[in-house]
Amino acid sequence: MVKLTVDGIALEVPNGCSVLQAAELAGKEIPRFCYHERLSVAGNCRMCLVEVEKVPKPVASCAWPVAEGMVIKTDSPMVRNARRGVMEFLLINHPLDCPICDQGGECDLQDQSMGYGWGDSRYREPKRAVMEKDFGPLVKTVMTRCIHCTRCIRFLAEVGGAPELGATARGEDMEIGTYVQQALTSELSGNIIDLCPVGALTSKPYAFVARSWELTRTDSVDVLDAVGANIRVDARGPEVLRVLPRINDDVNEEWLADKSRFAIDGLKHKRLDRPWVRRDGKLVPASWDEAFAAIAARMKDLPGEKIGALAGDLACAESMLALKDLMSALGSHNLDCRQNGARLNAARRDFYLFNTTIAGIDRADAILLIGTNPRREAPILNARIRKRWLSGHVPVAAIGPAVDLTYAAEWLGVGPAVLTSLLSGEQSFAEKLEVAKQPMLILGQGALARPDGEAVLAAAWQLAQRFGMLHADWHGFNVLHTAAARVGALDLGFLPAPGAKGFWAMRAGAVDLLWLLGADEFEVARIPPTTFVVYQGHHGDRGAQRADVILPGSAYTEKNGTYVNTEGRAQRGRLAVYPPGEAREDWKILRAFSAVLGRPLPYDDLKTLREKLATTHPVFARVGALPAAGCTDQSGPGGDPAAMLPNPFTFPIANYYQTDSISRASPTMVRCTETYYPGLAMAAE
Amino acid sequence: MSAEQEPDFVQPEHFAFDAESEQAIPGILAKYPPGRQASAVLPLLDLAQRQMQRTTGSAWIPTAAMNVVAERLAMPPVRVYEVATFYLMFNLRPIGKFHLQLCTTTPCWLRGSDEVVAACRKATGIAGWHETSADGLFTMTEVECLGGCVNAPILQVNDDFYEDMDGPATERLIEALRRGETPPPGSAIGRQGSAPLGGPLTLLDGKG
Ligand code: SF4
Ligand code: FES
Ligand code: FES
Repeated sequence: MVKLTVDGIALEVPNGCSVLQAAELAGKEIPRFCYHERLSVAGNCRMCLVEVEKVPKPVASCAWPVAEGMVIKTDSPMVRNARRGVMEFLLINHPLDCPICDQGGECDLQDQSMGYGWGDSRYREPKRAVMEKDFGPLVKTVMTRCIHCTRCIRFLAEVGGAPELGATARGEDMEIGTYVQQALTSELSGNIIDLCPVGALTSKPYAFVARSWELTRTDSVDVLDAVGANIRVDARGPEVLRVLPRINDDVNEEWLADKSRFAIDGLKHKRLDRPWVRRDGKLVPASWDEAFAAIAARMKDLPGEKIGALAGDLACAESMLALKDLMSALGSHNLDCRQNGARLNAARRDFYLFNTTIAGIDRADAILLIGTNPRREAPILNARIRKRWLSGHVPVAAIGPAVDLTYAAEWLGVGPAVLTSLLSGEQSFAEKLEVAKQPMLILGQGALARPDGEAVLAAAWQLAQRFGMLHADWHGFNVLHTAAARVGALDLGFLPAPGAKGFWAMRAGAVDLLWLLGADEFEVARIPPTTFVVYQGHHGDRGAQRADVILPGSAYTEKNGTYVNTEGRAQRGRLAVYPPGEAREDWKILRAFSAVLGRPLPYDDLKTLREKLATTHPVFARVGALPAAGCTDQSGPGGDPAAMLPNPFTFPIANYYQTDSISRASPTMVRCTETYYPGLAMAAE
Repeated sequence: MSAEQEPDFVQPEHFAFDAESEQAIPGILAKYPPGRQASAVLPLLDLAQRQMQRTTGSAWIPTAAMNVVAERLAMPPVRVYEVATFYLMFNLRPIGKFHLQLCTTTPCWLRGSDEVVAACRKATGIAGWHETSADGLFTMTEVECLGGCVNAPILQVNDDFYEDMDGPATERLIEALRRGETPPPGSAIGRQGSAPLGGPLTLLDGKG
């Protein structure tokens, strides 16, 4: 620890702290543009100048290490003058076009010029102008506004792992860009919009849509992958206009993946805003009563075992519990949530969770990826792996078809054979796992959603055992999910009871009435025509097309819902806007229908429903938190590794930008598909 | 104002180091410790520019060449673009066979660089900076101090310094280049090294 004083306040700060950090610890705010606590220090904007006694000139506090006995002044006349000078230089070439700038109202330059700017300009010469760049469909540029803080460059190089931006030329000619005109390829590119302290980088789809002070903010969680990034939903009236990340160091730090940020325009397209009933082969608009009556009529003489339900990837725990309760009231135990056919084992929670936790990746000292491409399945989690890889030269190996993960992974092979050779110690990566103290493996859906998934699961568990990944204070066995609803569904037991029908059987027509709770991610068209399909959801996607009755539900921004992320962390999404038209919150639909059947579910409000959720499944009582990690029971999930097939793993996500009904309806995501996967976009036409 | 314009030249699709360049590369790389080979970015860019001069008569670095350097040194291409655009000695667009680099910084300017500039324009027909003469032989670039102020003004042609220039000497030089001659570089007025113009002073006067 180092003792120093900041503006007369004596305090102790850790060694290696910068003066800026020390000042913050003393509660003093230091203006800055280039410094960002999650990026490397550049020290090039000079806005953070402070006075340090015995140093003749003002110093850039972000890049100046503390020393014993230092006397720091953050608000002396010298400091104010120096910062004013810096501000004047920054504004020389800045266009001062705040009235037409999307950053207006939440711009660091605007804010800080209130404190340090002159009332008017002494600069009479022509200002420089910089050509716009084309960074692709997501990030809009007005490069004349750029103050060359290089945050965007550092983010893409350090966190994003796609170093495509740079500062070319110098002096007055310096520009930020890709030099060769190209779209940014990082799945995290939207974060440079948040990082840019001025209006040089703004959101392209959001351009000129709203001013920040017109928006109502609702804190929520993202559901477009299984990471559960913490978000704030900004809405005006009935419309969600943008989604930004909230800081949660245990989950998403302060980043958000591009799909989660930009797919929200899909919430305005292809919405189901009223019930529909199929009559003579055609879907016709109906009232809620008619829709309920149609379902009740079909159910009338059906025994429970002929009824089934599938939960989709975006479903909240509340609606799944209500659906499960409704099904048991009807005497049905044909439930499933594994639309991708993954052979997940729900016997114990740690068989299907990301047990190491996302923050735990920071402590891993060897990482093995099995049948997963986290860059597309969970970009934020992938950034965490990259961070770990960068910080400690942690060996990373992967099994599956080689792809660019933004860090150097050793590709051991494509199929389960590698697991066998690792278990026998033949594969050379086994040595690295052997010496590691806290190794971890990540099992992707690409390894589980195949006929031999159980065997792969068993082999992976054995690997974890064999290489010391399972001990009382470290759990290195991880399953990476791609669906936000999946873990919650498994926690609830949204699975077929022993002897009841599961996903494959129900898809093949083993039930006469199938209730799809937003289930769109399988070949719905293959459900035989004899099955009566009820689709409850928010988008006119695959499920709705096949449905006999459509019940309009609400999207994640339109309801209060609980989601459990891949780590097993229960988090709450909150209602930011009301569902469109006649659409309703999903659990209420199920509650209302249960009353039509004359078997009302035992909850009339969200509070009682949540109490039931928490008492039957304690996971839901612990919102936001995770129990201590560590493996207390080494016994595995069963299954025989010898049953593994030779065929290679395939990754579950071919097109990162369109993975669910919301992102498929999003014009912005369509543009991304055209830009980044031109082949797929053509095939879709 | 620095708004860039659409390029008026064609970037070659491909670039590869030729045998002569390849031969030089191991020696260059060996100068840097293992794992630090990115430090060789400047010499390799220079090598690429010289190869272009040798093979096409125009010393410049196409983007394809920067990409080759990036790949060779395992750096992201944009890091190479940053370096190449930072140093003005790298030409990122085609130039004439003779690159006339005119120093106009204060010492040269005091000693008559304006005259040298005017003579270059007159003899080549070039109107502005960075332009190439109609015959494709000359490109004029204004540069800052070349570090040869003692013999100002300086006109650098490709790698060579022509010193103590004035208008007529400049015109003579350009005519000679056009004829395919290579006049010896150095002082145009026969100055020895950077010795004082009127001959040595202090040693001779050393009596008192
Ligand atoms: S574009 Fe924004 S983030 Fe990037 S250097 Fe310029 S001001 Fe900084
Ligand atoms: S914040 Fe310190 S120099 Fe930019
Ligand atoms: S000023 Fe021209 S060489 Fe120094």
